[in-house]
Amino acid sequence: MTAAPQRVACVEIGGVPIALSTSDEGFLDLLRQRYDGFLSSSRPEFELEFVLTDTDPVSDDDVRVLRSGEEWLIERGDFHARWDPRTGQGRVRQNANPYSLDSVLRILHSLILAERGGFLLHAASAICEGRAYLFSGVSGAGKTTMTRLAPADITLLTDEISYLRPSGDGYSAFGTPFAGELARSGENRSAPVSALFFLEKGAENRVDELTSAEAVRRLMRNILFFAEDHGLVEKLLATACDFVNRVPIRRLTFYPDARVWDLVRDFDRHLDRNFDRNFARNSEEVPEHA
Amino acid sequence: MPENCIYIARSSAIAARALAGEMMVMNSADSTFFTLNEVATAIFQAADGRTPLREIVRDKICGQFEVDPDEARADAEQFVAELSGHGLLIVSNQPLAAETSR
Repeated sequence: MTAAPQRVACVEIGGVPIALSTSDEGFLDLLRQRYDGFLSSSRPEFELEFVLTDTDPVSDDDVRVLRSGEEWLIERGDFHARWDPRTGQGRVRQNANPYSLDSVLRILHSLILAERGGFLLHAASAICEGRAYLFSGVSGAGKTTMTRLAPADITLLTDEISYLRPSGDGYSAFGTPFAGELARSGENRSAPVSALFFLEKGAENRVDELTSAEAVRRLMRNILFFAEDHGLVEKLLATACDFVNRVPIRRLTFYPDARVWDLVRDFDRHLDRNFDRNFARNSEEVPEHA
Repeated sequence: MPENCIYIARSSAIAARALAGEMMVMNSADSTFFTLNEVATAIFQAADGRTPLREIVRDKICGQFEVDPDEARADAEQFVAELSGHGLLIVSNQPLAAETSR
């Protein structure tokens, strides 16, 4: 008897193509349906082989992510995975359910991103006029509400998990298939990040400044990171401080109706005006012979 | 433990960054996150494992901030106990290495 051949789907999230292989046709179909819009023909940077088991389909256990020699060991009640960052290859044993699959992929991306100066953020994100806006907060703060209120010209990147990578002088946000209450995959697009808002519901719409320390504190609270690893924690903290230095971060108190998006657009235009004013002043200061 | 015997060292299991005059400290063992104010940051940065706490308070707190010495010492002891409880500082009555594992 010969083993069933491995079938592969390449899933590219955040510009990181990962080959997901399985010998189970049904699981391959599930993969393709779940990550439709993120399937890619790019050459994979990493590979995960899925071996299906009959473990419990869901688990309330805490996830554990720790180094085991050169490999990462990633486990929860419903899955057990090993991944070697040197070879880029790993193996996952899990039940054929999509929630375990999402969890494993999110954790793998969080490890890859941490090494590359990026991170996954518990936040909705959307592109408006070519720029990405992030809306973060605890459950119930209004992430999904913001996406539901979005005007028709907004491109939804995610209502739950935002994907952020350094890019140029700032950061770019990428769409993800990781959906929250909206139960809808984000668009596979990216844009430079214009601002991050920490959401609070209130009686009126307003934007308030946050101190750098408060911004880092809130950011760290909402970054998805699971690894028990001192080196990666140091990198993550450095990344969070860098992000706060480069991206405007504000508290957005909002009354849940569509007018909040006017405030978001105005915030960006206000930044543009400041930029233009500063640019004009700096230009005037440049001597003619320079 | 009498105060004059206290030595403090930063745990090797933490990540720390200074930003806008405040110190961000994260415990990599359990991902708990702390923000230290200016006085706490001065103590934290001086926690080299070799300088007794009373000298740190005298030189880094009383010498830099307008504060009553007895009050400063009491606040420092409380702060050290709190950070020690969270695994960010190691406390000993003997000199320690600058960054110490628990």
